[in-house]
Amino acid sequence: MYFDSWQAALVMDGHGGFVWAAYAITTLGVVWMLVYPAWSRRRALRQLAVAVRREQARADSAQGVR
Amino acid sequence: MWSFFHKLGSPPWLYSIAGTILRWLLPITLVVLVAGAVWGLLYTPPDFRQGNSYRIMYIHVPTAVVALAGYYVMAIAGAISLIWRMKMADVAMRAAAPIGAMLTFLALVTGAIWGKPTWGTWWEWDARITSMLVLFFLYLGVMVLYDAYDNKEAAGRACAVLSLVGTVNIPIIYKSVDWWYSLHQPASIKFTGESTIDSSMLYPLLLMIVAFYALYTCCLLMNMRTELLRREARTGWVRRLIVEEGKG
Repeated sequence: MYFDSWQAALVMDGHGGFVWAAYAITTLGVVWMLVYPAWSRRRALRQLAVAVRREQARADSAQGVR
Repeated sequence: MWSFFHKLGSPPWLYSIAGTILRWLLPITLVVLVAGAVWGLLYTPPDFRQGNSYRIMYIHVPTAVVALAGYYVMAIAGAISLIWRMKMADVAMRAAAPIGAMLTFLALVTGAIWGKPTWGTWWEWDARITSMLVLFFLYLGVMVLYDAYDNKEAAGRACAVLSLVGTVNIPIIYKSVDWWYSLHQPASIKFTGESTIDSSMLYPLLLMIVAFYALYTCCLLMNMRTELLRREARTGWVRRLIVEEGKG
């Protein structure tokens, strides 16, 4: 490590606040970029599954009437 | 060769190959991202003029570079879907817009945070920063325009035209630091000629650029898969997929 201690790495001669804030925001952005598409694909699959089940049920009941 | 293009136009093939690629690429991307960030944050020497604030470069430059490259992806996909009416190009264009918007946003924010200790201001209406802001609005414009249409075919065409017109902005962003005298420093890495950056800083920076390209690819593939599911909801392969997922 370039810094002598974790304390020094946090402060970075007065620039620590800026540097760590920039990395924190980027981390949040990257996490969002990865989590959101994964979540929306799951949601799309769930919604489609519900639609398929509903259709199935309708088809089954139609057969029952006959 | 032609069979490859043929497959590329096949949604179920694209969906499954994207899943296979992601299973490998996603973990590698995360490892490289974390390694590059730790390297840049803790294991590189400080800049002799800017001190430690320059460490923001390891995220600012990659996000900006990939945000620009991502615009090419979106515009080329738009052109292909306009000219050859290739459906998968339309899917790719739609998938690319939100990723580009987020990367441009991150480049602007990290740039502002870097600007405060270095230039003494969060924001400056100089050519590079303003043209990057225009890029951000172009990405948002494509996203909003797509949702504004009920007819998705018309939406795709409108977005393709907008993204093609927006390419005018790209050379302006690249050349802005050379054309106008501004606060923003010119590029330190050059493909031709000597780079003006020491190798102890160049290697972690290159690693981060590679990591962000990989991240872009992952996000693009993930968004494309979701988009494919939505568009192909009524087809047999999506039905079979749902049944399989339901069992597992």
